Formats: sequence, structure tokens, C-alpha cells
Amino acid sequence: MAFIELNGVNKWYGQYHALRDVTLSVDKGERIVICGPSGSGKSTLIRCINALEGHHQGTISVGGTALTSDIKTVEGVRKSVGMVFQSFNLFPHLTILENCTLAPIHVKKIKKAQAEDLAMSLLERVRIGEQALKYPGQLSGGQQQRVAIARALCMQPDVMLFDEPTSALDAEMVKEVLDIMVDLAGSGMTMLCVTHEMGFARQVADRVVFMDAGQIIEMNTPDAFFRAPQHDRTRQFLSQILH
Amino acid sequence: MTGFVQTQSIDARTAPLAARRSLFRVLFGDVLSTVSTLVILFAVIALAPKLVSWGLLNGIWAGEGTQCTGAGACWAFLRAKYPFILFGIYPPGQYWRPIGLIVIFIGLTLYSLPPKNWKTSTLWAWVIGTVVALALMAGGVLGLEAVPTDSWGGLPVTLILTVLSLGLGFPLAIALALGRQSDLKTVKYICVAVIEGIRGLPLLSLLFIVSILLPLMLPDGLKIDKLLRALVAMTVFSAAYLAEVLRGGLQGLHNGQGEAADALSLSWWSKTRLIILPQAISKVIPPLTNTVVVMVKNTSLVLIVGLYDLLSAGRAALADPAWPAPFAETYGFIALIYFIICFSITRYTHWIERQNLFGVNR
Ligand SMILES: Nc1ncnc2c1ncn2[C@@H]1O[C@H](COP(=O)(O)OP(=O)(O)OP(=O)(O)O)[C@@H](O)[C@H]1O
Ligand SMILES: [Mg+2]
Repeated sequence: MAFIELNGVNKWYGQYHALRDVTLSVDKGERIVICGPSGSGKSTLIRCINALEGHHQGTISVGGTALTSDIKTVEGVRKSVGMVFQSFNLFPHLTILENCTLAPIHVKKIKKAQAEDLAMSLLERVRIGEQALKYPGQLSGGQQQRVAIARALCMQPDVMLFDEPTSALDAEMVKEVLDIMVDLAGSGMTMLCVTHEMGFARQVADRVVFMDAGQIIEMNTPDAFFRAPQHDRTRQFLSQILH
Repeated sequence: MTGFVQTQSIDARTAPLAARRSLFRVLFGDVLSTVSTLVILFAVIALAPKLVSWGLLNGIWAGEGTQCTGAGACWAFLRAKYPFILFGIYPPGQYWRPIGLIVIFIGLTLYSLPPKNWKTSTLWAWVIGTVVALALMAGGVLGLEAVPTDSWGGLPVTLILTVLSLGLGFPLAIALALGRQSDLKTVKYICVAVIEGIRGLPLLSLLFIVSILLPLMLPDGLKIDKLLRALVAMTVFSAAYLAEVLRGGLQGLHNGQGEAADALSLSWWSKTRLIILPQAISKVIPPLTNTVVVMVKNTSLVLIVGLYDLLSAGRAALADPAWPAPFAETYGFIALIYFIICFSITRYTHWIERQNLFGVNR
């Protein structure tokens, strides 16, 4: 059984049908890139995987646990799913180090010193160790996003979800974040990335998922996806973003 | 010129000093400043001679009530009565005890001012300090003579009511503010009803209601302390106002903060305690301190239920037939104490606003 299984998932915002019969399975170690036009339901899809949004129909299971509305089940799933947001969402009142140790200390009940060691090693890995005692407001966007990645990794998740992690960044900083993500992909992490960085998709993705109007329109290896898109809607989308 | 290429890099230079506005410009820089300066100047010139002759030249600095003839200020009255105004009818031989309470409260307040001391241990220091201070006032322990609350008065009562109504009201306010945002409709509406109900009442009527209703609700024979009754009224009053202030801070928070905490699998309580509340509270420090100022002044209303706070102790002192009741001097003295307390809080608010909490210039 795949690590993440979505089966016939439907979700509505009021009367708006945001996810329509979405079925997707992701194996351990797989890297999935999700793309599609604005409002197509990409964020909604990955936010359903860690229950930031609840779904109405169908089943979602992560690591063999089916997501229900039960809070213990949800918290259990979230422990194994890290998430990186477009707007970083670091905690501005905590230092970089405290941002990273918060969840290990309060959720996993790890000792402070041990959590700090772990956090420092991950901050080094995203090449930001020397900023550990600063506050998020003192860092550039690219640095903040790298901290956000380290913060998620501190929970030692099995899967990482990325929701347009580079969209809020200046061109100069996009690369420093993508480099970290490429590095992470190389380490065998299971990843679902919503992104418009097609170079990244080509380089690391095992599969590219194209969404439109709440549905998965097309899904293929990056090579086939970019070389020979099947659906009209996909071709139209690719021609727009690849010029 | 169409093309340009910089050939040398420009070194950073220090910023030019901002020119200070001269005092003359501040006072007479424009029409409005000039008019207000002149009006104030005129008022000072008109009043100063009277004040000097009343307060200094003709002032009576020492002596008996009979010496105060009304020609000048009767400072002798304050000299004789200040212990009573400050401590009410507390046994005179025991004044060191209310002084101890004042010292404890002021010391704890000063210690709590810098943000670096905002931690759990400070909270415990307040709890222990308050218990010690109240034990000191009440006595009956460690060989201290017992002094019933009926004999407490003056500044300690003002401080006790302020500190305890705010200290106990704050957690209540947090609960009310969070409840108001709850997804559970019943919880939400109960909180809204409590907050709006209390805010709709003047403190005066709340004091009456609690003083009259609380004894009725309790079984016969069980008397509860007047001070405690006033404290209950003031606590719920401050809780309702603080809750509204906190609501502003909660609403100002970006959704992403709660979502990030959720994504990290933090429980609701951890999320609220570690992420939501610290940020919400730090956003509303100025209006919070403003509420503190209001509550300090509100303590003077307990006079109405027969308690001797600073202001009522002053009025009681004036009733002494041996003196000619020098109102201006007494109320001036009391006003000065209130002013020192409230002005310090205001200055602190300005200072804290300029602190760059979390390394960010605000
Ligand atoms: N909380 C919400 N309430 C109501 N409608 C919502 C909500 N969140 C999203 N939607 C709607 O659902 C649809 C899908 O939104 P979603 O954020 O998943 O799109 P997206 O593919 O991530 O788009 P983008 O590229 O702009 O981020 C959009 O039409 C959006 O307006
Ligand atoms: Mg989105």
C-alpha cells in the first residue's frame, strides 16, 4: 500500500466544489510536483493531507492511518507530515532556534538540549546555523523559508508538503530555497510540492500532477509530461508558463 | 546622455544629523502654537502670585487646627493626617505592615517592567508576593496581631484592589476572549453575553449589585467580607474590558500562525499558550496599560460600598472637627499620588512601545 492514499476525495467551500473525485497515491520516497492554474485546488489538495482542511467525501490515509475528524488521529498524522507555506509563517515572537525546537519539545516531549542539537544540525543543513539566535523579522525571505523547512524537518516527518514555497520570494532567493529542496529530494524524503518552478519539476520530480477546476487532469513522469502533454488543458497551461 | 556605467563604488557615509527644532520654533512656530503659548503664559502669570502667597507665603506648615485661619494653605493638616490618609484606620503601631505591602507591590511591579522578565517565574513571584503581602496586612500568622479588613484603608486598599482585580481579571479575560472566538456556539454566546452585559453596566451599579446580591445568594450566617465583595465586582469588570482589548489582538493575528502551529501537530492548548496568546497580547500592550490606568482610578468608587480606599480615607480625614477641613490641600495630595501612579504607567507604555520586541522595529 502506498504511503499516502487519496481515494475519491471531494471537498466543498460552501457551494463551491473545490476538489472533485481526487484519487492519488504516493509511495514512500516519491517526489510529486503539483501544478495548475490559480484556483485549481492545489493548495486545498495538499492541505487536506495534513487536515488543515477537512474533506467531505472519499478517504485520505497517511502511513496507514485514515484521516477522520478525531483530533488524536489528526495530531498523529500531522506528526509525520511536515509543511512549508508560501508565506513562511514563522513565529515572529520566537528566535529561529526556538521556532525549530518548539514542536519537538512540546509535541514529542524531547529534552530541550537534545531538541537544540537536532535543530542546530538541521539549521546547518539549510545553511543558516549562524542566524539561530535572531528573530524571523531580521531575516530575508529566502532565509526565513529555509528556516521554515528546517522547522518542519525538526519533527523528523515521513512526508514534506510544500505549498508554493518560492512564490513569495525575489528571483535571487528562489534558487537558495530550491537548492535546499533538491538536496532534500536527494536524501530520499517523500515530497509533495505545489510549485510553478518547472525546472525543479524536471530535475527532481518522479511524477507531475496537473490540476484544473478541482480535478486531476493529467499525471505523468516529468519527461512525458513536458514532452508530450495529452490533455488540451495541459498543453494550453504549459504553453502559457513555458512561453 | 543615454548610457551610464558606475566606475567607482560609493562608500557608505553617516546620515546627516536631523536638525532639532529650536525651542522658539516649538513655542511660536505657527499661529496655533503662538496662541496656545500665550494663553498658557497668561494663565501662569495670573495664577502664580495667588498660588505662591496661598501655598508658600501664608501657608501654615505646622501646628494645631486652630492655627489654620483660612488665609493660606493648611499644610499642617496634611502633616498631621497623612498617615491616616495613606493607611486609614489601620492600627498606628502596625504601619510597617501596610508599608511592607506597598514595598512588595511596587518592587514586583518594577521587576516586571522589562520584557526580559516576562516569564513564568515572575508570575509565581507575583502569586507568592501577593499572598505574603495580604498575610502581612491581615496578620493572625507568625505572631502578627490580626487586623480585620474592616480596619484596612488608604493606599494599600487602592493597590490591593488594582493588583488583584487586574491579576485575577486577566486570566478570566483570556478565557472570555478565547471563548468569544470559539466554534462552539453556546460557549461563544455565553461569553458575548457576559462581556457585553458587564460592559453595559457602570462599575458603580456593579459594585451595588455584587454587594447586595452576593450576600443574598449565600446561605444565612455566612458573611463575606466587604473588601472581597468589591474585589469580585472589580475583577469581573476588568475582565470584561480586558477581554475586549485581547479580542483586538486575537483578530489582528495572521491565520498562518495558527495553521503553522497546527501543521506542527501542536495541541490546541499548546498552540494557544505558546503561539496565539503571546503574539495577541504583545500587539495590545498600549490598550492594556490604558485599562490598568482606568482600573487604578476606578478603585476610588468603592467608597460607595463603605470601603476606605485612598480617596475615601482622605474624605474621612477631612471630617475631623478639630481641623477646618482643607479640601484643596487634601485632594491635591491625593491627586498627586494618583497622578504619580497613572503618569508612570503612561510613561511605561511609551517606553515599551519603543522597545523592539522580537528584534523588530515597530
Ligand atoms: N477558505 C476558503 N473559503 C472559500 N473558498 C475557498 C477557500 N479556500 C480556497 N477557496 C476557493 O477554492 C478554490 C481553490 O483554492 P486553492 O487555494 O486550493 O487554489 P490553488 O490552486 O492553490 O490556487 P493558487 O495558485 O492561487 O494558490 C479557489 O477558487 C478558492 O477561491
Ligand atoms: Mg494555493
